[in-house]
Amino acid sequence: MIELNPMIIFVAAIFTNNMIFSNFLGMCSYIAVSKEITTSLGLGQAVTFVLACTAVINYFIYYYILIPFNLEFLRFIIFIISIAAFVQLLEMILERYLPNLYYALGIFLPLITVNCAILGVSLFMIIRNYTFLQSFAFSVGSGIGWTLAIVALAGIRQRIKIASVPKGLQGPGIALITTGLMALAFIGFSGIVQIQ
Amino acid sequence: MSNILIPTVIFALMSAIFALLLTIADRTVNNYGEVKMTINEEKEYTVEGGSTLLSTLIEEKIFIPSACGGKGTCGYCKVQIDEGGGPVLATEMTHLTEDDLKNNVRLSCQCKVKQDIKIQIPEELFNVREYDAVVENITDLTDVIKLLRFKLPEDAEINFKPGQYVQLKAPIYEGNDEEVYRAYSIASSPTMKNYLELVIGYVPEGIATTYVHRHLTVGDEVSINGPYGDFHYHDNDREMIMVATGTGVAPILSLLNYMKEHNIKRKARFYFGAKTPKDLFMLDYFKELEETLFDFKFIPTLSRVTDDDDWDGERGRVNNAIDKLLEDGEDKEGYLCGNEAMIESVVKSLTSKGVPEELIYYDKF
Repeated sequence: MIELNPMIIFVAAIFTNNMIFSNFLGMCSYIAVSKEITTSLGLGQAVTFVLACTAVINYFIYYYILIPFNLEFLRFIIFIISIAAFVQLLEMILERYLPNLYYALGIFLPLITVNCAILGVSLFMIIRNYTFLQSFAFSVGSGIGWTLAIVALAGIRQRIKIASVPKGLQGPGIALITTGLMALAFIGFSGIVQIQ
Repeated sequence: MSNILIPTVIFALMSAIFALLLTIADRTVNNYGEVKMTINEEKEYTVEGGSTLLSTLIEEKIFIPSACGGKGTCGYCKVQIDEGGGPVLATEMTHLTEDDLKNNVRLSCQCKVKQDIKIQIPEELFNVREYDAVVENITDLTDVIKLLRFKLPEDAEINFKPGQYVQLKAPIYEGNDEEVYRAYSIASSPTMKNYLELVIGYVPEGIATTYVHRHLTVGDEVSINGPYGDFHYHDNDREMIMVATGTGVAPILSLLNYMKEHNIKRKARFYFGAKTPKDLFMLDYFKELEETLFDFKFIPTLSRVTDDDDWDGERGRVNNAIDKLLEDGEDKEGYLCGNEAMIESVVKSLTSKGVPEELIYYDKF
């Protein structure tokens, strides 16, 4: 994987290896916040930002602290702690300096902490032996891919609102079915490039 | 040995670095400096910004009722914010009615004070005080319900209406790492200004009730604030239909004690609902009240009584007893205290008998 151009990884993370449509990671906030395009766009931006930052932090922690001390087995717990601390920090900063985004995200901002896409990206970058640039491209691409997925679903759900969905399927039910159909559509991109 | 030591040290070190970063951010980013809080357009306070409005008010010794201790679940701590509250949060929406939203009413435990803020709170909340009371007596009423008598400090007195409640602070104790306030109705009469009596039932894993039942002993000091609540005695000539289950007896006791001490000549009926004979308590006292009060009748009702039990009172749920015994509700008013299901079924029974709905007062918990 080392020879892959970071730009290819970036594009692949958005389309062919989309976190939602090929790995089904980060589903809880994806389903919960995809009711309106504006809110989902806000959350998508926040997830992308957190992804990019935590991937960088975790890259340095892994290669400059854990590997030299032969502590690779600690990566799960250390990554989780660093992600949790970073989201807390981000919440304080948003509340102070970007209150509009903070209020738009509301209680969903702390949800980013338990968004498995964030941990997933940090772990994929280790498993796939990405270089720093590749890791960064992969994390930003994954964030944009996640945003694309949630905004697309929010757009569809806003239209579904006025459709006559059978009662038992309303809400998350139809959202999951829609996600399945969107995942099928995204398979169409898979021939372009593969990164795994 | 180093296999254990190195990972532990590295892990502890990294956690400490993250903790330090968060502490620094809390001191700098979260520091909103001093802000001005104006209450009812007349009282001005200079307070530290950054905390919730509820805790800022508590700091200033202004107590807003909050049964859940600021978790945004009880919806009691509503305050009208005229300026500086920021947008309504998703966590508040479930507790705010359309009228609340129109009138800028917010949950004070969810809004943070980050800029100059103007709020309106009912004047009577300024009467709310915090007392360091001493436990003077603890009586077991049943296996799970205790009657506690608290003595207030020498120079303090509490003014309340019969039926109102106070909040008791459960401190940090072994097995509980947070301070919480919980609401309990006052069982004593308002004429007893230097004492308070509370009836507290044990709730498995309840923070405050475990504290009261397992840790509190005679002579201990507790923090109590109050009084609060809209449920109270209404002075008129209507016949009173009182209904309580479990610890809901407390405010009814306060009403009855008040009526006894003031020699109030009103007809009153008290339906006490319980499951089995061992869940009933203070029976002798209520029987005695039948003799001493003007026209009072005590009607205990058991829902899970068997033929083996020595019981000749009413059987079934408390609303069944009302359906059976109450004839005409037009000249009556209701005072109900207990759980939601009981209140709903009793309200239905009373209104079907003709008791005007606006004259049915209740304290739901």
